[in-house]
Amino acid sequence: MPSQSAFSFVLVGVGGQGTLLASNILAEVGLAAGFDVKKSEVHGMAQRGGSVASHVRWDKEKVFSPLVGLGEADVLLSFEKMEALRFAQFLRRGGTVVVNDMAIVPVTVSSGTSVYPDDEHLARVFATLDARLVMVPGEKLAQDAGNVKAANVVLLGAVSRLLPLPEDAWWACIAQRVPKKFLELNHAAFALGRTNAGAGAALGA
Amino acid sequence: MKRMLSGNEAIARGAWEAGVHLAAAYPGTPSTEILEELSRFPHVYCEWSTNEKVAMDVAVGAAYAGRRALATMKHVGLNVAADSFFYASFTGAEAGLVLVSADDPGMHSSQNEQDNRRFAQFARVPCLEPSDSQECKDFTIAAFDLSEKFDTPVLLRTTTRTNHSSTPVELGERTDVAPRRKKFPRDPAKYVMIPANARARHPLVEQRVLDLAAWAEKTPLNHIEWRDRAIGIVTAGIAYQYAREVLPAASVLKLGMVYPVPERLIRAFAAGVERLIVLEELDPVLEQEIRLLGIACEGKSIFPLCGELDPTVVRRAAAAAGLAVDRPPVGAAALDLPELPARPPVLCAGCPHRGVFQLLSKKKVPVAGDIGCYTLGLLPPLSAIHSCGCMGAGIGVAHGAAKAGIGERMVAVIGDSTFYHTGLPALANVAYNRSNVLTIILDNRTTAMTGHQSNPGTGLTLQHQDTGVIELEPLVRALGIRRVATVDSYDVAGLEKAYKELMAHDEPAVLVARRECALLPEIRKRWVALEVVEEACTGCGICFRIGCPAILKSEEMDAKSGKPLALIDADACTGCEVCAQVCPHDAILTRDQMREAREHQPASCFTPLDGGN
Repeated sequence: MPSQSAFSFVLVGVGGQGTLLASNILAEVGLAAGFDVKKSEVHGMAQRGGSVASHVRWDKEKVFSPLVGLGEADVLLSFEKMEALRFAQFLRRGGTVVVNDMAIVPVTVSSGTSVYPDDEHLARVFATLDARLVMVPGEKLAQDAGNVKAANVVLLGAVSRLLPLPEDAWWACIAQRVPKKFLELNHAAFALGRTNAGAGAALGA
Repeated sequence: MKRMLSGNEAIARGAWEAGVHLAAAYPGTPSTEILEELSRFPHVYCEWSTNEKVAMDVAVGAAYAGRRALATMKHVGLNVAADSFFYASFTGAEAGLVLVSADDPGMHSSQNEQDNRRFAQFARVPCLEPSDSQECKDFTIAAFDLSEKFDTPVLLRTTTRTNHSSTPVELGERTDVAPRRKKFPRDPAKYVMIPANARARHPLVEQRVLDLAAWAEKTPLNHIEWRDRAIGIVTAGIAYQYAREVLPAASVLKLGMVYPVPERLIRAFAAGVERLIVLEELDPVLEQEIRLLGIACEGKSIFPLCGELDPTVVRRAAAAAGLAVDRPPVGAAALDLPELPARPPVLCAGCPHRGVFQLLSKKKVPVAGDIGCYTLGLLPPLSAIHSCGCMGAGIGVAHGAAKAGIGERMVAVIGDSTFYHTGLPALANVAYNRSNVLTIILDNRTTAMTGHQSNPGTGLTLQHQDTGVIELEPLVRALGIRRVATVDSYDVAGLEKAYKELMAHDEPAVLVARRECALLPEIRKRWVALEVVEEACTGCGICFRIGCPAILKSEEMDAKSGKPLALIDADACTGCEVCAQVCPHDAILTRDQMREAREHQPASCFTPLDGGN
């Protein structure tokens, strides 16, 4: 898809991981870059430790549905390993999946009634989709930047690498959304994410 | 300049720009953020009313007084407010009166997925339905104008997907609408709905529907987009977006006003296309209206009646009907997707409700539950809620079972906010009609499920004014209930002792289990992670049975039993000590023991006691 003019993102994770902030920033960045943008998320009960997903769509012309259809996401950004599998069917063939290298073990696993899937399975599923899998040690890089809680910004940095926008476009939106005293921390987190996203080509390039 | 606003933020913005004077609501997903947002604007009085019916009456009162007024609620809230909605349709008002009903197709956070467009038809009230945030704002403003033009309440019906999606919105300025009255109207023929007056109002209301239908022909809220004429789609709300996404070439009749419908516009559209399709979420409301006009169309024969629509569902259905080409995603089998462990929502670590459900689970009593975070007490391993229907239902259900002569002692559990909402009249009924129901009020000092809103027990209003606290115990005693006890929800032994005492008497009783929600910001500051003493833990598994997400199975096994030891997730544990109290081997350190141990150990071995987050 040369000079791609529309991008669909699905961001998934576990309630409380900061997927909402990341999807807000992703939407703002798209709007500032001149795209029509829609973003959709679910509030309420799911936030009590359940699986959560937000959808973000950019289009140079017009976005209609705020939801991404199955098999239509260009980028699947997963804040947790198993959630990447749960939402794998959203990714289009040849899309990119960015996965935070972190497992949050649900009660159903800790109580012994089910089993957490292994990393090999993750790689196999996305290989079947001809997808590019980018593993990002989000918490570790956030720790290096100064605070483990900035993992969501690390992941945004990793996603930014895939898109045809200058780093400044991202940074301007993030700077508006984080408190002044955390600017430096977030800048470092974003930069670490961006440089650690692997050397692959950007989408649509 | 355009800004990304959620549908809820856009409705708040629209109400403010329309010069709204007063807004009232009871929190409920997906509507809650409308009032939270509006309450931050100047020159608008906003309140959390005790329930949706009260909120509706409050808005009606303001509109009678000549001030533009808004009431917002989730779809099932309109069931509670229906009585008021219906009389307001008969009376009309002196200034714009708008009700937002936020429906929840797919039941993301609700007990049903009723289609509240039916309420508009039922009460003869015009209904607008926006399809994105810009329309949420514009239609809110249009609703106030429409309300005043036709002397009617207006129902603005949204769905979760419009409420919680964000799209770019052009902001405007506030129009200061002067109050239309200095004094409350003295117009009994219009506002006192005794039968004689109501009879005179009814024909006016029916004429109003005809006038609105004529207006619907001309308003730009309804419009035709001519494209290819082989397929014509009649649609509204979020379904419009899916129609454009999946069938971009089709002609579309987009209805911004879904009741009453514009007959001539529909006839003209139907005559101009080869195949007339109605695409709508949930009920066949528009389809039935169109069929009543004698126009043939397809709708629910193609698209599902149940659940939320999305592009995948619409594409699949449209493809099956020969309207579009399917693009099936790679199947789960082809991907070799494993069976993934479910990740259901759970009672949070440190949830004060856990101790109560631990007790009820142990006692194996029948429990009539209610709506709130605590409904999660139904989940294993606690499995301690056996019915839950709607706000305030539990106490009445328990009373009914008791009065019908069931051979078990009934327990009802209800949260503080839900108790003020509709639990209070049900408890008055228990006291009045004397059943032996034990009502447990789970008082976590906030409306937690919807995100920590204030309520009559918190001493604060929505707009941060100090107010009196309606104390539960004197309130309950005033109803004539003699057996009343209050226990700290974290005190496992205390809960059991009070429970036994109350259950020893064959009469109505109330147990107030009180402890702040662990997620409240000031409580988070006091979190302390507890620790397991591995030498003392036998892997007996009793602590696993309280269903706390902070208690994990360790990789270490007990040498004797071969079972995994307990391990506490230091990032999640709040230090509520319920697990330490149920542990028969004292293998979990309490806060005091942690402090003591720390005094004898290098500090780095332990999580800091002052928390900090």
